[in-house]
Amino acid sequence: MKDFSREEIDYVLDTAEKLEPVARGEEMSRLLEGKIVSLLFFEPSTRTRLSFEVATQRLGGQVLNLGSVEASSVMKGENLADTIRVIGKYADLIVLRHPLDGSARMAAEFASVPVINGGDGSVHHPTQTFLDLYTIRRESHLEGLKIAMAGDLKYGRTVHSLCHALSLYGAEMTFVSPPELQMPSEIVRDLRKQKIRIKETDSLEEIIGDIEVLYMTRVQRERFPDPEEYEKVKNRLKVTGEILKAADPELKILHPLPRVNEISPEVDATPHACYFEQAFYGVPIRMALLALAMGVIE
Amino acid sequence: MKEKRDLKIQAIENGTVIDHIKAGQALNVLRILGISSAFRATISFVMNAPGAGGKKDVVKIEGKELSVEELNRIALISPKATINIIRYFEVVQKNNVVLPSYVEGVVRCTNSNCISNSSEPIKSKFSVLQSEEDGVSLHCLYCEHVISEEIAENLL
Repeated sequence: MKDFSREEIDYVLDTAEKLEPVARGEEMSRLLEGKIVSLLFFEPSTRTRLSFEVATQRLGGQVLNLGSVEASSVMKGENLADTIRVIGKYADLIVLRHPLDGSARMAAEFASVPVINGGDGSVHHPTQTFLDLYTIRRESHLEGLKIAMAGDLKYGRTVHSLCHALSLYGAEMTFVSPPELQMPSEIVRDLRKQKIRIKETDSLEEIIGDIEVLYMTRVQRERFPDPEEYEKVKNRLKVTGEILKAADPELKILHPLPRVNEISPEVDATPHACYFEQAFYGVPIRMALLALAMGVIE
Repeated sequence: MKEKRDLKIQAIENGTVIDHIKAGQALNVLRILGISSAFRATISFVMNAPGAGGKKDVVKIEGKELSVEELNRIALISPKATINIIRYFEVVQKNNVVLPSYVEGVVRCTNSNCISNSSEPIKSKFSVLQSEEDGVSLHCLYCEHVISEEIAENLL
């Protein structure tokens, strides 16, 4: 995500906005007619894979799926570089999801066609960051945003990329997490160097009235050796109707999904809930990225 | 006294002398230059030699003038090292090492999940940055992991 300037990000978001009626099925498009998009997913994924499929098909393109890794040449010991070189001969673009960090960059070196990173390793998932930014822009605003990120801020890759991207727009950030899952100190230091105002706390109640967007993430049970400790943390970082009584009426709540119990179901029906719309926004964003990468929109 | 010190490492007729290496880093300098037991030229080195600015290591490579690119890699582990090119016992060129902006296949990425540590047909690639605060740091061009303190320990 750090490869993108603010102007480039804005351009992708503007393109997604133009394509949103197509994503909603209100308009037809043939931008990708005759184009084949190969989805190479070496890890399970539902939303990312399906939204890339939908995005391709809504633009009139066709999808070539790797299928299960077990049934592919990968199981015969083929390396990723060779797989990429071959698939690059079949398709016009490759979307790659892979468990190793940096695999998308390597794929781009070997591919004869554009490669979009659909999430590699534990650090990067740039199309998720684009859709998070798009959601914030559509539902709230990006410039000088007061945002809180809550939950697992130590391991959550979505929040790390989002922090960097939002720093380009001068956001004020509050990090809400238990001490064991705090935002890595290198990231906090980098943000402070960019003069970003940062607050760290472990209490949602304390800050809920001061923010415009709340970005929730899932706290995973396996991060806690002690089950009792997990239960305590889980309940302390839960968005409920009660907590939201102190919130700004315009507060928007985002979540990369899947959620477990960090947002009560009663919140779903409130105007604060944006997470399902956020999942939809993955479609126009991925349409924009596909169209721009293939050069059918300039 | 001067004579005794000279005996520790003789002058060379032709070749490269790497001086002012950070004390204790001479073996790593050989590694970073890719000098192994298969290397034919005569190599001599001194570790922890007393110098004007404290202890230092010195490496002499006889009969071979290494390229600037090869020698500048030394700056990753010893930024104050100097390079002397010797011809007929005379120093014909003396330079400080210059930190390269990019290195390939020299250091292993310390992120065990990085694609450059897998069996893929690629070499590690890093951009090299230097700051007063953090010293020399390597930024992996595949996974973006940053190595700052363990460079010498991860030479390939």
